[in-house]
Amino acid sequence: MAAMLELNKVSTHYLSGGRIIKAVDNVDMRINEGEVVGLVGESGSGKSTLALSVLRLIDPPGKVYGEVLWNGINLLNLSPQNMRRIRGEEISMVFQDPFSSLNPVIKIGEQIAEVFRFHKKLSRRKAWEAAIKVLDLVHIKDPGERVNDYPHQFSGGMKQRVAVAMAYALSPKLLIADEPTTALDVTMQKAILELLKELKTGMLFITHNIALVSEMCSRMYVMKDGRIVEQGDTREVLGNPKDAYTKRLIDSYKEINLGLD
Amino acid sequence: MRKKNKFAVFGLVVITAFCVLSIAAPIIAPYDPGEIMESEIQGPSLRHPFGTDDLGRDILSRVLYGGRISLSVAVIAVAVALTIGVLLGAVAGYYGGLLDEMIMRFTDIMLSFPTIFLILAIQSVLTPNIVNVMVVIGATSWMGIARLVRGEFLTVKERDFVEAARAIGCGNFRIIFKHILPNSMGPVIVSGTLGMAGAILTESALSFLGLGVQPPVPSWGNMLMDSQAYLIDAPWMAVIPGVFIVLAVLSLYFIGEGLRERLNPKE
Repeated sequence: MAAMLELNKVSTHYLSGGRIIKAVDNVDMRINEGEVVGLVGESGSGKSTLALSVLRLIDPPGKVYGEVLWNGINLLNLSPQNMRRIRGEEISMVFQDPFSSLNPVIKIGEQIAEVFRFHKKLSRRKAWEAAIKVLDLVHIKDPGERVNDYPHQFSGGMKQRVAVAMAYALSPKLLIADEPTTALDVTMQKAILELLKELKTGMLFITHNIALVSEMCSRMYVMKDGRIVEQGDTREVLGNPKDAYTKRLIDSYKEINLGLD
Repeated sequence: MRKKNKFAVFGLVVITAFCVLSIAAPIIAPYDPGEIMESEIQGPSLRHPFGTDDLGRDILSRVLYGGRISLSVAVIAVAVALTIGVLLGAVAGYYGGLLDEMIMRFTDIMLSFPTIFLILAIQSVLTPNIVNVMVVIGATSWMGIARLVRGEFLTVKERDFVEAARAIGCGNFRIIFKHILPNSMGPVIVSGTLGMAGAILTESALSFLGLGVQPPVPSWGNMLMDSQAYLIDAPWMAVIPGVFIVLAVLSLYFIGEGLRERLNPKE
């Protein structure tokens, strides 16, 4: 199958005090159409930076090298206008903390409607109606009422549903979910995972929780210090890890969750 | 109700009353502000509650009409200052780098001029009329707002929802005006309110010096100027517009302080 997203030797470097910091270092990765791929690693391993690099959201002094091929087109060479069209419409992203990823002074409905108005040039009313539909899709009760609410009137789990709604509004081909459940309590985590499983889209699922990967993803990558240290079929990687770091990651997960210490 | 709130409510009541009285001046003023009575310099009486001035004009009517000028100068001047200050501050804070450096150094230069002399210099070159007064006051009082807005932008642009907005394809223009600016408006509103108080004072000072609003159009400042020669014989000529200026400025400060407390619960 042809790869939808293909990363060839992608590196993201920051210049800090005369030193080059390699947040992402020579990463190769591919995601096929409709495939859910996991990216695991500890905090600071460069997972989020890699995600932002794909969407070209790295601000100077950061710089991305290599090739980010999206259906054969290198996104790194795209004009800013075309890149803006890709964001939200073809590739979109759900962020870790729903408490800060929604704008506190804009109504929920307007934040979602913005996607339709911007990309599809829908009228204010049509975009509003579309926003209600998307809210319904992510199982917000009374979507016709709740569109008028502000984010602070929503609970954490519902905020994350709204964030998913915004990202999924235009049915993108790829959804990057950057630790979408980390900031939520356990029951909400479960609900958001169920929601993400319902979506018919390819996904790059970023997490530090190995259990979630085995639940969500068919293939996975393990990242450490900006490099991919192991990759492959999820069951194979978790059942028979080859890299020492992957083994440690799995062991520490077992220790915490099974109380073996 | 806390003590500060009471002051703010007082301020709001006074300013609202002043605005209503000024707007309704043509209806409620007993005389035309330029109308010259039979006798000049009368003390307060039933016919002229605030007395008449050196030309025999009714001071109550003049102070009402003067309010229209003084208050609208304040509003427009602050609008000009906000426009310049918000635009420059937003661009500097959002884009950063060389642009930020250039804008902020320009702001520093403007700040290091003694404003009143700068205004005097500009006004003595331009013809002093109401529009010029508004623009000049606005164009010399945006620096604080620019710095404030830049500071707000520096913090707000780092928040996640800005990144999220970029991730759904928003451009810079949209992010600046729709996503960041509304989140930075609190301190801007406060400083705009306080700026209006400053603008009223500056207008009064300019008109007092003869470089502001020109007679026969009344403003609170030029009414004060007219009163100079009669401070002993007709103190009401100075006291009445003086009281209005003080009340208006004080009220705006109270409102500003009240808003500051309300919009910034951390303090």
